[in-house]
Amino acid sequence: MSSDWPLWEVFVRAKGGLSHRHVGSVHAPDGELALAHARDTYTRRLEGVSLWVVPSAKIIASDPDRAGELFEPAEDKIYRHPTFYDIPDEVKHI
Amino acid sequence: MATIAVDPRTEYLLRVGDDSLVLGQRLSEWCGHAPVLEVDISLANLALDLIGQATLLLNEAGDGDRLAFHRDVLDFKNCLLVEQPNGDFAQTIARHLLYTTWQHMLLQRLTGSSDRFLAEFAHKAVKEVAYHRELAREWVIRLGDGTEESARRMADGLDWNWRFVAELFEVDGTLQSVIDHGIAPDPRELGRLSFRNCSCPGRGAAGPASRSAPAPRRPTGTP
Repeated sequence: MSSDWPLWEVFVRAKGGLSHRHVGSVHAPDGELALAHARDTYTRRLEGVSLWVVPSAKIIASDPDRAGELFEPAEDKIYRHPTFYDIPDEVKHI
Repeated sequence: MATIAVDPRTEYLLRVGDDSLVLGQRLSEWCGHAPVLEVDISLANLALDLIGQATLLLNEAGDGDRLAFHRDVLDFKNCLLVEQPNGDFAQTIARHLLYTTWQHMLLQRLTGSSDRFLAEFAHKAVKEVAYHRELAREWVIRLGDGTEESARRMADGLDWNWRFVAELFEVDGTLQSVIDHGIAPDPRELGRLSFRNCSCPGRGAAGPASRSAPAPRRPTGTP
């Protein structure tokens, strides 16, 4: 039965100021109930203050077979990492 | 065990607490058996909210555990609606919509109770129940608008449960006493018409009524 329903990806914002993070997925017949299922499945222990659900079918994913050309060229370019800056202690979540 | 005479406030706590307890236990029967995993979690969540409400209320009335597990069946004070069998998913949802629509109206008014415990309880519970009502409403709409079979099951579910709604608006001596003390809202003021508008939008005045009404009262505990 569950397979009759589309899959929805669930994103939770843990608290104000943070971005939504992917936490998992739920089956639901439509967006409203996907939100309800996401609420009941992923925020029942005070995990969040905001929820997004996105139809899984709408997500365009990169091809794992192309990981080499997509990601490996970044491996030897450490100068792209902002590791040469001092980050003030007061700045959280960077 | 014969029904013990208690003061009206305690009796009222038992009634409201038993409603939540019995409905929570009924919903718990779905655990592991719901149509899909997500609905299973959903129903268990609703059940936990209700058991939580019952815990607060029965502990205020006395020893919550003893009241929940050591009373005989006829000593429970719940309304007939909440103890109705789960039936299929649609029948469970129908019961939940009808009860939580009424419970939400009750709790909204109970936040203004002269009784501090009940006012604080209602303030907490009203948010839980608002979600229950909303979720039940969404499902009623979807089952009603779904397939021919889901619509028939939804109508049957409402049909089964509707005849137990009238009891929610009845007032006996005990309830009148706590109403007079400002402890409880008067359910007659909730208005059956507004309830019908609330719970069955678009259904108009012709509510489902093809099943016969329940017996006027349940048997009492003493012979």
